[in-house]
Amino acid sequence: MADVKKIATRESYGNALAELGDKYENLYVLDADLAAATKTGIFKKKFPDRHFDCGIAEANMMGVAAGLAATGKIPFASSFAMFAAGRAFEIVRNSIGYPHLNVKIGATHAGISVGEDGATHQCNEDIALMRTIPGMVIINPADDVEARAAVEAAIKYVGPVYMRFGRLAVPVFNDAATYKFELGKGIKLRDGNDITIVASGLMVNEAVNASDELKAMGINARVINIHTIKPIDREIILEAAAETGKIVTVEEHSIIGGLGSAVAEVVCAECPCRVVRIGVNDEFGHSGPAVDLLKEFGLSAENIVKTVKDVLGR
Amino acid sequence: MDKATKKQLEITACKVRMGIIEGVYNAKSGHPGGSLSIADTLTYLYFARMNIYPDKPDLPDRDRFVLSKGHTAPALYSTLANRGFFSTEELKSLRHIGALLQGHPCIHIPGVDMSSGSLGQGISAACGMALSGKISNDIYKVYCVLGDGEIEEGQVWEAAMFAAHYKLDNLVAVVDNNGLQIDGRISDVCSPYPITDKFAAFGWNVVEADAHDFDSLEKAFDDAENASGRPTVIVQKSVKGKGISFMEDQVSWHGTAPNAEQYAQAMEELNAQLRSLEG
Repeated sequence: MADVKKIATRESYGNALAELGDKYENLYVLDADLAAATKTGIFKKKFPDRHFDCGIAEANMMGVAAGLAATGKIPFASSFAMFAAGRAFEIVRNSIGYPHLNVKIGATHAGISVGEDGATHQCNEDIALMRTIPGMVIINPADDVEARAAVEAAIKYVGPVYMRFGRLAVPVFNDAATYKFELGKGIKLRDGNDITIVASGLMVNEAVNASDELKAMGINARVINIHTIKPIDREIILEAAAETGKIVTVEEHSIIGGLGSAVAEVVCAECPCRVVRIGVNDEFGHSGPAVDLLKEFGLSAENIVKTVKDVLGR
Repeated sequence: MDKATKKQLEITACKVRMGIIEGVYNAKSGHPGGSLSIADTLTYLYFARMNIYPDKPDLPDRDRFVLSKGHTAPALYSTLANRGFFSTEELKSLRHIGALLQGHPCIHIPGVDMSSGSLGQGISAACGMALSGKISNDIYKVYCVLGDGEIEEGQVWEAAMFAAHYKLDNLVAVVDNNGLQIDGRISDVCSPYPITDKFAAFGWNVVEADAHDFDSLEKAFDDAENASGRPTVIVQKSVKGKGISFMEDQVSWHGTAPNAEQYAQAMEELNAQLRSLEG
């Protein structure tokens, strides 16, 4: 595993925009003074006339994106998750969600893996916020291959999409040659009938590693990657609930309102089984290197293994 | 503006005001005061200024209109109905369950270019529409009406900065300066004055107008045409509740519907105005 390539999904976002800019001439990018960090600067370099910096004014940026979409453009409004989903929430809700405009929100620096900047910038609430907006599609890609595919899927889909990208370089585990992104469809990465691990974003790779470790202990843990958190793939989750009877969810987000909540909502209503959520508990993060924080907050293969064993009483 | 055109606009504005009262009365809620203060401006825009197609409301080259002060939707709806976008009968079911006309503007209503109502947001969408027009060299113009209380929202000034920076001279904003907001006089609540100086400092072409004089409105919108490289704001001095004696300049009529007696009196006053104009 030592030679696995690592790329941050924010990098994938910027690269995908730059690549797709030729194919989709109607694609425009907005940023709020963070083009170097969100990586939309890569697009700006190639298409300087199609990139508009709105300055440090995320509320207005979301409204401008709405106006661009209302006149037929496909705008990608980009900022950190904290400001895109947090600060600008009500503009996203009322100016993009309610009129169901074709705006794509590229939110980078999501989750605790923002690292050293600390709690003010570690957004663990964005999925919860976006999930409550009717008609909002939410994509949380797991690696470079999935993130690039997600950007194109967002362009092809007509309607508002919230995309979540990370700052930390993470392993590229999907095979670009064979990978297929289907909006709203989960992907079964490991088979198993003892328990199911449902993961999203950069926790998917950890879940796969955990499943492989568990297998060596004689535990067959199914792994499902939910890249589209809304609309969620009910079928794959209900099948897992029925066939494995126990679910552990893993996400780099608050355990309130994110993937775990979404899975529990589906399971509770239609096929009740035990659902244990791994995520950031009801607390703020703090400064530190991203990898150390992930470990500290239990967002690791190690903690997934431990949790699965606890649930199974092994 | 010739006399006949002016008189016709005054007659139309009177009918728009009747539609506002009809809508708010039947809804038993809504915002008559600020609707009446922009009735002449919307009449002017939709009957004398804007390039629009009531039978083809979505034609791409149409001028755009965003009612940033979305709570005054009755004025927009009444104007659109009188202009032929939909039947004036719709006004009677404003705010009712299952009705076309929602409490605040909704993009799915024929002729409504943007959902609005949460204050401070419409101007940003208008900026996006204007930027879009600049990108594609479109000929359309974008008009946006804001409240004078609304400009207390910080987002308005983010948008003001953006519009000047991107030289959106295809954008004309109107600040409806009726001087009142829910909690009282805008100068007492948390004063946004001086309004003209603020926009000028943000790099806008600033024009002042009398909101209830069609000659003054025409001159102001003509001035906006000459603002090359700069967005224009028309700060229009208006009277909240204009046209109905007991509603004029009364903050209590910001968001209150008339009862049956008040409705009858309001309609009687408007009918008298109409008779005198048509007589």
